[in-house]
Amino acid sequence: MVLPTNLKHVASAAELEGILKDKENVMVCCGRMGPMCVPVYAAMEELQEEFPNIEFRDMLFDNPEARVIRELPECRGFMGLPFTIYYKNGKVVSATSSIQTKEQIKEILKREFN
Amino acid sequence: MENNNTNRFDTIVLGGGPAGLTAGIYLARSKARTLILDTGMPGGQMILTYEIANYPGIEKTTGYQLSATMAKQAKTFGCNIMSNVTITQMDLNSDIKTFTLANGEKYEAISVIIATGGRSRMLNVPGEKEFKGRGISYCATCDGDFFQDKNIIVVGGGNSALEEAVSLTKYANKVTIVHEFDHFQAFDHAVKEAKINSKIDFIMESHIIGFFGKDSLEKVQIKNLKTNQITEKKIDGVFIFVGYEANTKSLKGSGIKLNKWNEVIANENMETNLKGVYTAGDCRAKKYRQITTAVADGTISALNALNYINERD
Repeated sequence: MVLPTNLKHVASAAELEGILKDKENVMVCCGRMGPMCVPVYAAMEELQEEFPNIEFRDMLFDNPEARVIRELPECRGFMGLPFTIYYKNGKVVSATSSIQTKEQIKEILKREFN
Repeated sequence: MENNNTNRFDTIVLGGGPAGLTAGIYLARSKARTLILDTGMPGGQMILTYEIANYPGIEKTTGYQLSATMAKQAKTFGCNIMSNVTITQMDLNSDIKTFTLANGEKYEAISVIIATGGRSRMLNVPGEKEFKGRGISYCATCDGDFFQDKNIIVVGGGNSALEEAVSLTKYANKVTIVHEFDHFQAFDHAVKEAKINSKIDFIMESHIIGFFGKDSLEKVQIKNLKTNQITEKKIDGVFIFVGYEANTKSLKGSGIKLNKWNEVIANENMETNLKGVYTAGDCRAKKYRQITTAVADGTISALNALNYINERD
C-alpha cells in the first residue's frame, strides 16, 4: 500500500526502520492524495535536487504500518493531514501537521539538517 | 515571436491556476513563447477541490486530476511552467517587463498576464496559526475523519461553509455553525439542508476571537457582535470557510491598480491600467469566481496579449 506519487515510498515499519538506520537525514510525509497533502509531495519532489543529503519519502496514511508515524509522541494532537516527520540519526527532530509551503519545508530542512 | 534569448518570453503568466494554465494553452498553441511562474504548484485553488462536478464536458473529476490535465495540455503546446518560485522583484511599467526570482534568475517578457488567484481567508485571530493542523482545518474532506464523534464548529455562511458543515456530520457528534451575520450568503438549498440536519446548530451574529488549548485545540472564545458578550465554548475542532482573498500582495508598488479588496481592476478585455499587462481569474475584481469563469478570463487575456504582441512585431 503506497501513494501514487513520484517520490520514493515507505511501505512498512520495517522499511522505515532500515532507512533510518542507513540515512542520517530523512523526511517522511505521511498522507493521502488530498488537497492538503499533494502540494507537500510536489514541494518534496523539487527539493530532492536541492538537498541531495536528505532522503525524501512518503507513506500512505491509511497503510496500517503507518502507525509507526501516526503514533509518534511528536504527533500527539495532530488533526490535519499530512503528518510530516523529520529524522536526524534516527531521531525525530521536527514534525508538522497539515499543509506546508515549500518555503516552510525548506526552513525546517536548513535548520535541522545543515 | 522569434527570439533566441532563453530568458526572454513573449508572455509571462503569473500563476498556474485554471486562468493561468488556460492562458498558457492558448498562448503556446499560438506559438508565443510563454512562461508560467507559479509560487506553488500548477492548479491553484482548483487542486484543493476534492470533487468537481460542474465543469462542462467532464461529468465528475477531482481538482488534482483537472489541474494535472490542464498543466499537461499547456506543456504539450510548448508552454514552460516553473512552480514553487519566489519573485523578489518585478517591473511591469517598462516596455519590456522583467522579473527577478529569489535564486537571482531574471526573466523578461513583452506582455504579462496576472493570474495569481486567491487563497482561503484566515480569521487572523490569536491561536489560529498555532492550532492549524491541531484542531483547526480548512479542508473537510482531508481532516473530517479526525473528528469522529467530536464536537466541532464550522465558521462561515457561504456555500462552502454550509455544504461542508453537512458533510462533516458524517463524522462529528455535533456541528455548530458560527456566522457573523443574521442570515447566510449560501444558496437556499444549502441553507435548507443545513437547517434540517439534527446534528447542526447555529450561533449567528458572532465571531470567534481566540483559540485555546495545549497539544491541540480545546476551546474558543466567541463574541456576540450585537451584545458584545464574550462566551467560551469547549470544542474539539474548528473548520474555517470564510471566503477567499486575492493573491495580490506582491503587486503592491508595481503600479497595477487594485480596488479596496486588493483585486486587480481590469476592463472586459482583461486589460489593466498598465500597457501590455492583463489579468485573469480570481485575482481580478469581479462577482463570480468559478473554474469556468477563470478559464474564460484566461482565454480572453491570452487572445488580447497575442494581439498586443503581434501589433508590436
